[in-house]
This record gives sequence, structure tokens and C-alpha cells, in this order.
Amino acid sequence: MSAVLTPAVRRPLLRRLRPLGNGPLFTVAVLVLGVLVLVAALAPLIAPYDPEALDLRSSLVGSSADHLLGTDQSGRDVLSRLLYGARTGLLGPLLVVGLSTAGGLLLGTVAGWRGGWADAVLSRLMDLVFSVPGLLVAIMFVAVAGPGLTAPVIAMAVAYTPYVGRLVHGLARQEKARPYLESYRVQGWSGWTICVRHLLPNIAPTVLAQSAINFGYALMDLAALSFLGFGVQPPAADWGAMINDGESALQQGATMPALAPSVCIVLAVVAFGIVGEGIADRLARRER
Amino acid sequence: MARYLLGRLLGLAAVLLVTSFLVFSAVHLAPGDPVSFLLKGHPATPEARAAIAAQYHLDRPFLVQYLTWLGNVLHGDFGRSVQFRQDVGPLIGSRLPGTALLIGYAAVLVCVGGVLTGVLAALRPGLVDRAVLIGTGVATATPPFVSAIALVSLFAVQLGWFPGPGSTGTGLGGRLYHLTLPAVALAVTLAGLLARVTRSAMLEQLAREHVEVARSRGVPERTVIRRHVLRGALGPIVTVGGTTLAGLLVSTSIVESAFNVTGVGQLLVQSVTAKDFPVVQAVTLLTVLGFVLVNLAVDLLGPLIDPRVSPATGGAA
Repeated sequence: MSAVLTPAVRRPLLRRLRPLGNGPLFTVAVLVLGVLVLVAALAPLIAPYDPEALDLRSSLVGSSADHLLGTDQSGRDVLSRLLYGARTGLLGPLLVVGLSTAGGLLLGTVAGWRGGWADAVLSRLMDLVFSVPGLLVAIMFVAVAGPGLTAPVIAMAVAYTPYVGRLVHGLARQEKARPYLESYRVQGWSGWTICVRHLLPNIAPTVLAQSAINFGYALMDLAALSFLGFGVQPPAADWGAMINDGESALQQGATMPALAPSVCIVLAVVAFGIVGEGIADRLARRER
Repeated sequence: MARYLLGRLLGLAAVLLVTSFLVFSAVHLAPGDPVSFLLKGHPATPEARAAIAAQYHLDRPFLVQYLTWLGNVLHGDFGRSVQFRQDVGPLIGSRLPGTALLIGYAAVLVCVGGVLTGVLAALRPGLVDRAVLIGTGVATATPPFVSAIALVSLFAVQLGWFPGPGSTGTGLGGRLYHLTLPAVALAVTLAGLLARVTRSAMLEQLAREHVEVARSRGVPERTVIRRHVLRGALGPIVTVGGTTLAGLLVSTSIVESAFNVTGVGQLLVQSVTAKDFPVVQAVTLLTVLGFVLVNLAVDLLGPLIDPRVSPATGGAA
């Protein structure tokens, strides 16, 4: 990946103007995301305790050698819950981004490539979804289908699709006008083949950049839903739900149960933002 | 302009119509029969079942049910709350002032804080700019409930400067004082975003020739910044500012839940949890209405602020 994304010419001016999203920060962000993925994958191996094991005798214990980040009100080990929480924390946004990217690619390509009435209908449809706030759609879905991971993920995927769709729509129209695609059409290739073999690979990096940014936003939105009690249900470990539990512990002076998952969320969202903007920046520089 | 306005209003009506249809039919999409769904969590006495069936005209064809419901909604009748045993309209009305005050407070913080920070960053390259970039980078990645936790922990529990969640003050001053932490929590993410937009719009204007010309004519720097740079940058600032303010309508439910503010957002969350569907329908519809109205207002404001922008091509030049 890095070989493709390395800029041909270094532009010191741009580097000075945009300290975020370039250089060492980009590397750190990639590392943070790598660690997160690793933690999510290895949670059962590295977590010191069962994340759902109650121990009411050691409720709200401060950090110690036994419990590095202390315990929550039910005496559950905060560190273990944090490590396990990375799983739903990443799985949810992954599904949202996967579904919305697939949907956006399909709708955007069809609209941009076909033009005409397909474009008109699909664009109106995307405008419609755009004009309703995503979080509200998700709350409505939960009201109908009940809390859990499914309803919020589907709702957020629907809400995020137009963001990808509009981007792909513009890119597809731009690419379609290029001579190389025209030449394939002259040679009698089907639109489908051209799109899959040539259009998609060419717009993929830009879409990837958008998807990385969307990942962070999806993580925030899903965590918010989970904070409201609409996401993964207790006693399962989830960062948003942990913050909700931790809020009452705050009043008793225990900051860690709420603070630790908060830091994780902000760190993950910042990292995804830096990676997404970093990719977009490099692409923009390559274009010039 | 009239043509454009008409088109936008028609589009707005279409969005509301589709939303209302989806919001209504959600009852039928839910697993199980509508009556049990609408009564979920409450004793399903035959009387209660009959009342729900009558309220939603469940014995009639689906389209008739929808049109009847829509007619009632247009007359301000959203049905009865299962949870509060009260008509939904007055229920929402009683919660509205809290939410309006919170959103208004947060909106002021977003606009003043966001624009000032952005202007400062654009005018002070180097250390200040760098600090603002990092600060806003973190702010935009901080969801309101995380800000809420941090603010409560620092200012309510540790320092004791502001009251913790669940308290309300008396009088406007008292209420604003109690709403300070919630408003800041609501504002942080969006203020960060607005600061970034302001900064880049200002930088873009600063590099323009007309600014150079104004300076060479000996116009004082303050005037150059105010009259030439900030004025030219207002387009994107208003567009993004407006859309972010529309976002406040939704994220207020998170903050109201975190701080136990008696408002419409908290009502929505309570009603989803309690399966009080008439309230959920009403709040959803009203929120979408507010959302599209704010967005329309922003698009119409664009050309007023910056005559180079035509409304048909969108707000930002």
C-alpha cells in the first residue's frame, strides 16, 4: 500500500500547512489502529479477567497490581472489559463501513455511469436519506427492532451510504469522460466489465480514504447509541455502555471506569481520521 | 429565486411525507401484531387493546390508517403516550423549553467559540495554529457523551464549580448556570469542526489578491481582516455552521440523557426504552422537520451573505 501512496514529489509547503495527517503522525495513527485490531483479536488471550465476572466485594477498587485500571461498580476488571470492548467497538463500525461502502459503490457507480433517469432516481434517493439525521434513523430502528448490534448497524449503514454514494457518483462521472474508458467502450466491452476491472480500481483509493474517515464517525455514532442503552446489551463489554455505567461511579469519585473507555474512543476516532485524511492528502498531491 | 424556493419547499414536503410514511409504517414492520407492539411492556387488557386499535384505526385498510394518522398529526394530534398517560402534543410542549434553551446555549458556544478559534488560528501561524489544529482534531473526535464525562468529572466532581447531572436551577440565570456543562458537552465536537472550516476559509481568503490590494492601499489590518477576509470567508462558515447546528437537534438527546436534562431528547430516549411508540413517532417527525428547516434556512441565507453564490448551486462557493 505504501508504495502506491508515496508521493512522487515532496512538497514542504503543504507539509507545513497541514501538520496533521502527514509524516510521523500518520505512522503513529496506523500503529494505534494496528494495536487496536490486535487487542480486539487477542482479547481472550490477553485479558487478565473474565470481563463479565462480577465481584461485588471489590467494587470500585482503584488501580493496583491486581487490577491495573481498577474495577467498576460491579467489581468487574476495567482493563479486561476495555480489551473485550475493542471487539464490538471495531466490529460495529466495520460492518457499517463495509455495508455502506458496498452500497455507495453500487448506487454511485450505477448513477454516475448510466446517467439519465437512473441518475435522477438514485440521486433523489440519496438526497432523501441525507436529509434525515443518521442517529435519529438508528434510534427509530431500535424503537422498532429492539436494542442490540443489528438495528444500529443496519440504520447507520443506510445513513452512511449516501456519503460514499455521492463521492463515487462524482468520481464515476469524472472517470467516464476519460479517453481510456472510452476506448474500452469502443472495443465493445460491457459497461459492467469496464466498471469492475477499470473504474473501481481507479477510484478505490479515494473511496478508501472516505471509508477510513467514516469508520471513525461510525465508531462515535455506535458508541453513542450504546451509551444510550440501545447497543450491545449488558453485561457484554462495550465502550459506550461502559461510559454509561461509569457515569454514576464518577459521582463517587471513581474516574477510571468512565475515563478509560472515553480515551479509547477518542484515540480510535482521531487515529481513523488521521489515516483517512492522510490517504486523501497523498492522493490529492499525486493528482497535482 | 421564486422557482428555486418552490422547488426546495416541494422537496421539503416530499422528505416530510416519506418520513411520516416510514415512521407510521414502522409500527407494522415491527415483529408481532401492531397492537401488542404498541402496548409492549404494558398490561394488555382488552380495553387497552381496543383503545389502541381505535386510536390507530387498525381495523381499516393500511392506507386509510396512514392518512387518518397523518391528518391527525397535521392538526397537532400525535396520539397518547402509553408511558405518561398523557397526550403527546402537550407532553412534548412541556419538554420543549429545556431543549430549546440547551440547543440555543450550545449554538452560541459553537458559533462564538468555533469562529473565534478558527480566526485566531488563521491569523497566528506557527505555535497557536498548531495548537488549535491539534485541539480541534481531538475536539472533533470527542463525542458529546465523552465530553460530558470529562466535564462532570473535572468541573462538577473535582472542582465543584458547576452542578452535576440531574439538577435544575430557578430563573433564567440559574437554568443557564445549570445548563453550562451540558451546553459545552454538546458544543465541543461541532465547535472543533467549525473552527477548522473557519481556519481554512480564512487562509484561502488571506491568500487572495484583493486582500493584498486592500493592504497595499493602506487599509488598517483590523479592517482588512474584518471587511475583506472574514466577510469573504463567511460563505463556508455559515453553511457548515448551519448544518452543524442542525446536528445539535439530534445529539441533544445524548447530552440530555447524560446530564438528566428534562427535554425532548431525553423524552425520545425514555420513550424508545419504554416502547412508547406514539412519542417516538412524534419526536422523530418533529426532529426531521427541524433538521430540514434549518438546512433550508442555511441554503437560503448563503446568497444573502455572499451574492456571488446562487442558491441553486448550493451554499458554499
